[in-house]
Amino acid sequence: MTDSILYSALLLASLGVTAGMVLYVVSKKFQVYENPIIGTIEDILPAANCAGCGSPGCKAFAEKLVGSEDISDLFCPVGGNEVMREVAEILGKEVVEKDPLLAVVRCQGACDVRPRTTEYQGPKSCAISSLIYSGETDCQYGCLGDGDCVAVCKFDAMYMDEETGLPVVITDKCTSCGMCAEACPRDIIEMRPKHKRDLKIFVGCLNEDKGGIARKACSVACIGCSKCLDACPKEAITMKNNLAYIDPAYCTLCRKCVPVCPTDSIIETNFPKKKIKKVEVDKGMEVKSVNLVNHA
Amino acid sequence: MLKTFPKGGIHPAENKLTSSREIKRLPVPKVVYVPIAQHIGIPAEIIVDRKDKVEIGQVIAKSGGYVSSNIHSPVAGTVTKLDMIIDTSGYKKQCIVIRTDAKNEANFTETVYPLKKKIVLKPKEILQRISDYGIVGLGGATFPSHVKLNIKGDKKIDCLIINGVECEPYLTADHRLMLEKTEEILVGIQILMSALKVPRAIIGVENNKKDAVAAFKKITATEPKIQVAALQVKYPQGGEKQLVRALLDREVPKNGLPLDVGVIVHNVGTIFAIYQAVQHDLPLIERVVTITGKKMENASNFWVRIGTPIKDLITEVGGLPEGTRKIVNGGPMMGKAIKNTDVPVTKGTSGILVIHADEASRGETKPCIRCGECVTVCPMGLEPHLLMNLSEKGMYKKAGQEDVLTCIECGSCSYVCPSHRPLLDYIRFGKSIVKNLESSKN
Amino acid sequence: MDTPPIVISASPHVHSDRSSKQIMYDVVVAMIPAFLVSLVVFGINALIVTATAVVSCLLFEYLIQKFLMKTEITIWDGSALITGILLAFNLPAGLPIWMIAVGSLVAIGIAKLSFGGLGFNIFNPALVGRVFLLISFPVQMTLWPTAVQNNTTLADAVTGATTLGILKEGLQFGGTMTELGTQIPSHLNLFLGITGGSLGEMSALALLLGGLYLILRKVITWHIPVVVLGTMALMTGIFWLGDPLHYANPVIHLLSGGAILGAFYMATDLVTSPVTKKGMVLFAIGIGVITVVIRLFGAYPEGISFAILIMNAFVPLINKYCKPRRFGSKIKAKIV
Repeated sequence: MTDSILYSALLLASLGVTAGMVLYVVSKKFQVYENPIIGTIEDILPAANCAGCGSPGCKAFAEKLVGSEDISDLFCPVGGNEVMREVAEILGKEVVEKDPLLAVVRCQGACDVRPRTTEYQGPKSCAISSLIYSGETDCQYGCLGDGDCVAVCKFDAMYMDEETGLPVVITDKCTSCGMCAEACPRDIIEMRPKHKRDLKIFVGCLNEDKGGIARKACSVACIGCSKCLDACPKEAITMKNNLAYIDPAYCTLCRKCVPVCPTDSIIETNFPKKKIKKVEVDKGMEVKSVNLVNHA
Repeated sequence: MLKTFPKGGIHPAENKLTSSREIKRLPVPKVVYVPIAQHIGIPAEIIVDRKDKVEIGQVIAKSGGYVSSNIHSPVAGTVTKLDMIIDTSGYKKQCIVIRTDAKNEANFTETVYPLKKKIVLKPKEILQRISDYGIVGLGGATFPSHVKLNIKGDKKIDCLIINGVECEPYLTADHRLMLEKTEEILVGIQILMSALKVPRAIIGVENNKKDAVAAFKKITATEPKIQVAALQVKYPQGGEKQLVRALLDREVPKNGLPLDVGVIVHNVGTIFAIYQAVQHDLPLIERVVTITGKKMENASNFWVRIGTPIKDLITEVGGLPEGTRKIVNGGPMMGKAIKNTDVPVTKGTSGILVIHADEASRGETKPCIRCGECVTVCPMGLEPHLLMNLSEKGMYKKAGQEDVLTCIECGSCSYVCPSHRPLLDYIRFGKSIVKNLESSKN
Repeated sequence: MDTPPIVISASPHVHSDRSSKQIMYDVVVAMIPAFLVSLVVFGINALIVTATAVVSCLLFEYLIQKFLMKTEITIWDGSALITGILLAFNLPAGLPIWMIAVGSLVAIGIAKLSFGGLGFNIFNPALVGRVFLLISFPVQMTLWPTAVQNNTTLADAVTGATTLGILKEGLQFGGTMTELGTQIPSHLNLFLGITGGSLGEMSALALLLGGLYLILRKVITWHIPVVVLGTMALMTGIFWLGDPLHYANPVIHLLSGGAILGAFYMATDLVTSPVTKKGMVLFAIGIGVITVVIRLFGAYPEGISFAILIMNAFVPLINKYCKPRRFGSKIKAKIV
């Protein structure tokens, strides 16, 4: 009896020792030298592997940071200035500070304001449906609603609002990696600077059609009337191809452009409640702000 | 045993409802919308302006490069505006809008062009005219014909193939053209043979058009250089590579052209357009369009001016049948569903298919059961189920290695898939990404 | 809007009439003749086994999808039904009901749903269930109630051995074919189904009938069944010719045990067999060889279940290396 216990214990022990030795020898023999700084840098990086920096993952970015002489054009949008400062300190290289960005959805073509004139059948992917035609509505610039941006977001910072059929960015979770903007075949998502208290003003439309056509396709479309141009005291608004654009570099968030817009296509968020004209937009805004509060 | 291509292929219900309907002339529309991108390649450049008076056949947009084509005014009238109109691509594209002037029109419509057999032009002049007169492949691909006919370097052509296969279900435009313009097409073939100095030509026709085969056989009896070949009915035999394989047993190399195996393939419609251009000095301003659908009682074939809104055609046959839920520009296998009936007829419009609600919707997508049907029917020897998986998962590089780019988008895989999987949708998507990746590499 | 909007989808805009559901129910139809034969042979027991297997397969699929996976319920797509029938076909009549249920649970829960459900399983679910039972309950699983009207030498026994069982036992202990010849049913009886064995293995005739139906309906192609049986015939033929005293002839091998059932109904399972014809042939050769090796030299009298499962594991590899020939990958003709 004791013999057999002893025997099996010995057998197992010797097996373990042999295996351990083999493992040790192999790991020594095939060890690849890696600059230890790469590991240190990788530890600082957010480890989200979101590819927002342009490298396929955090490790690749760390290698790039260590490998390049000049890292002033490299930036980790998720980690932001804080992480980049730390990286710069370790590597002794210069980094450029950047303002934190936030993804905004520049389309408010919800189902009730932008009628669906056709029904798309096929894989639920904006990239695929945009290959075959301009989308279910008559607006060929707006959101397709198949959620490629939501699918690509690695931080659960986006979801599709079932009521409006549009994607919503959860501000607090957005890490400004920019993958959603890249995934959108319509370039609806723009990375805009983040303001305190999450104040935002931007034109929620990308329709370049002439006013009448744009309006017919979507009642909250920018019709290119230029009224906001005159209202803006800082000349932050430009008009190109029947479409207004508010340049965040000049915009002071004064909100003068918002009330003059006849189609309510300029979106303001998180400002103290004031003059919001139309009921439908009000509703849309409320939905958004409620969600923002929820996740705050 | 009739010839056909060996690997793959399917037999969808033919539904050639309009094969006995003579081609009628559609009344000239009041307004035409002429897109400037009607062919594969660079869009043409507009050379007219608002309020310009244009003559029928006048060049209104000039070829924008080598792989491009002139566009001619299909009507006599006045340019009212240059506008953005949704075309068959599903997107708004630049169009020239022309209001027709009825007086000038009458002369053209009533002119009768008698058969003209004698070829006067020299080969060079013929090729120049094909290029100038805006001829593109009328089978549906709309590849500029002059590019196809430009034989560079040491390439030798020993056979001209005339594509009269029309393997798409429903469509009968080519079939009717072959029956009604048999002799003109023969002259067209001779024109091309003399221009290219090809020793022989083969007309390939699927055997569901026995009358067309007989008609060609009759008139080519005295022409030893021109053969007529009846082919087994199998989709997609109208694909160039499949047709060359079926008729000559030559396999066009991967990523190659029929030119690489000494062949040029042209559609019968293109041949007729070439005949018109060379013999009667007429640019490509009209084409045969089949308008058809199971519920459409007056389905028929029409001579339609380029730029005619599809709704004019639909009105002519009595409007859309009740319960229509899909309108397709082209045949059911490769045609594109269009957004509305304002879309104009272009050089590539071989038919308008109106689909009833019963058949308009796709089946519910189920998991792949790896039955291998898609692999069996793929005429290019690809594995559609694998390609779909790869492009769904974003493995584009691997998809490229699995030859996704050689897919001819015939749709046979999606057609047979018992699980109704959107194979071609994903493959097409994968193709577009792989193409971008490759072009960015170069 | 009153009328629904126009539908936009990518080409093609037509679809063939075949659906995966239809394929599944074709398989069910093909199994009816063999089921009828089992009813005749085993009476009510056959019905009990089959009904238990089918009901428990459907039930487990429903329960697991509803409460564990929380996905869409797909019990009516026909695949669980097939698994149930096939499992029953692989069991001896009179197996305790709870064992059948356990087999169904393994088949559906482990072999199918844990891989992701229909289309994602690597191994044939029914066979996994069967092999699980065979290994867990070897006694019950090899207790073969004999046919009701069996008129061979085993007529008075309540249970008896299968043809292959007799051969294995007999040949192992130095018996010869001439001695055993009297104990095993005649070729004709084997063909018609008057023999011992599991439910679905009874009548080669009924199975071939169903198999033919499957081929005619284009659910399966001839490649797998023909090559499996061909390989088996070839291999057993070689051994038999070399030593007819100690090896049974190919006819006995093909007609007894699960050869035909396996070749037509289980090896051809769409999900777990290769995609290309080339791959199918390779796969089938593998099954044939492994089956014969197990039958002649292994511990078990029958090996086709193991052979199919082993080859199932190779399917991804086969699919990877047996590609269809790409069009234009080799220039065929020279320009004249």
